[in-house]
Amino acid sequence: MLIEIVYFIAAAVFIIGLKQMSSPVTARQGIVWAGIAMAIATLITFGDPAVYAHGSMNVILIVVAIVAGSIIAYITAKRVEMTDMPQMIAIYNGMGGGAAAAIAAVELVKVAAGGEAPNTTVLVLATLGAIIGAVSFSGSAIAFAKLQGLINKTLRLPMHMLINLIIFAGMLALGGMMAFTGEIDPTLLLIFFVLTIIFGIMFTLPIGGADMPVVISLFNALTGLAVAFEGFVLQNAAMIIAGTVVGSSGTLLTQLMAKAMNRPISNVLFSSFGSADGSTADEEVEGSMKEVQAPDAAIMMAYASKVIIIPGYGMAVAQAQHKLAELTKVLEARGVEVKYAIHPVAGRMPGHMNVLLAEAGIDYDKIYDLEDINPEFPSAEVALVIGANDVVNPVARSNPDSPIYGMPILDADRAQNCIVIKRGRGAGFSGIENHLFYADNTQMLYGDGQKMIGELVAGVKELG
Amino acid sequence: MIEGFTALYIFMLAAFTGYEVISRVPVILHTPLMSGSNFVHGIVVVGAMVALGHAETGVEMAIGFVAVFLAAGNAVGGYIATVRMLEMFQPKKGN
Repeated sequence: MLIEIVYFIAAAVFIIGLKQMSSPVTARQGIVWAGIAMAIATLITFGDPAVYAHGSMNVILIVVAIVAGSIIAYITAKRVEMTDMPQMIAIYNGMGGGAAAAIAAVELVKVAAGGEAPNTTVLVLATLGAIIGAVSFSGSAIAFAKLQGLINKTLRLPMHMLINLIIFAGMLALGGMMAFTGEIDPTLLLIFFVLTIIFGIMFTLPIGGADMPVVISLFNALTGLAVAFEGFVLQNAAMIIAGTVVGSSGTLLTQLMAKAMNRPISNVLFSSFGSADGSTADEEVEGSMKEVQAPDAAIMMAYASKVIIIPGYGMAVAQAQHKLAELTKVLEARGVEVKYAIHPVAGRMPGHMNVLLAEAGIDYDKIYDLEDINPEFPSAEVALVIGANDVVNPVARSNPDSPIYGMPILDADRAQNCIVIKRGRGAGFSGIENHLFYADNTQMLYGDGQKMIGELVAGVKELG
Repeated sequence: MIEGFTALYIFMLAAFTGYEVISRVPVILHTPLMSGSNFVHGIVVVGAMVALGHAETGVEMAIGFVAVFLAAGNAVGGYIATVRMLEMFQPKKGN
């Protein structure tokens, strides 16, 4: 009874916590309350007779597993750089999916070993949770590997789609057979799990790195759903409610992200940017790239009245946010108005840039969303693009054949001058040529983001 | 027991709740919120504990152990990641 009450309160606190996390003012207390609720729910579960159903060895293992998992996650989460946060979220999410799949595995193995089969509804939900959880597990691992740079290419086998379909059908057929007959063969069960894990890998491999935020968000929602299903299996209300809430809010978040990229979710999942069958033929680009040196760029900015800075993933890679804060300070000391323009999908996750800029101590009243800042570009003397590419590519407005056509972009090309800090001359993450770089009012500043911003700061300071 | 239509009702109401709760979230909080909801499904740890608790054979215990281990990692990692991100949005520390 006490356990039920605690689970009930925990479920309520999770919902309230998520609500509080939707506002910057209350976000912090939201996560802390949710954390307390989770800790108490975990502790009270030690009072559940089911935990002691099979002797003290199991209880010792539970404690060891909790301690080991917690310590490893604690250390990695504390140590990881802010810039690498997206892939860590992917990995923690994958762990949750794996846990849900493993719960299903324990229940299904019990049936396979001759235990009494639960009713069909329970078996179906356990199997569905197993599929979703395992796909989220292996898919998140691939997402992690891609964001971490362990896998650089989008891999696409010949007839990838067809192979995926076959694996998918095989997985459903096996799962359906087990769930509806209630007879589970251990070998088939093993094959079933191997198939689900392979499917997660195959499903994620062809998706481009730029689309990873959407994919991680989708896997997050899927893990929630898997947890809810296993909650039904174990008759655990807290898991059902928390899992479902995450499942639906995660689905909404995924939609918001896909919408910001102006791409239907199906498009993100089933076709990759610049793939062989895409029509990203190298069209001719008019004009040429003009190079500028840091001191000259510094002068342009120092004597401007308004500068708009557009950070992208390149800023995160170069860890340039602290130097940007310094640049903002020296420019403001000269009376220059400095604003930041954040594209909804800049970086590897929505809000990724905001987190990094906040880390560097840049006020969030200087940070503007796309709709708010776009009308201001024509009145800005300088737009400084650092490590952003596709989100400022004007072909999204002009060329219906381009894969990013229709995506709302930041109108950096409409500023009077545009300075682009970029490490090399190559195309961006999506492999699409950026016409902004060739525009008459654009100048390229080649080099590492952090170093170049440092030189800009020095350049502005020299002007006294 | 939670079964049949009761289960469906819970599922439906929780789904609408999740949708409503985040429908008006500002873009700057999308990543922390995703991380926060990632933490919330870490509640799978209580299910994993029960699964390991009533595991009988060696295989079941091994899988159950993996379940608890992964679930604990999900919960703790998700929590720390979210807190660290939200710390960035604290009122200025004077720098």
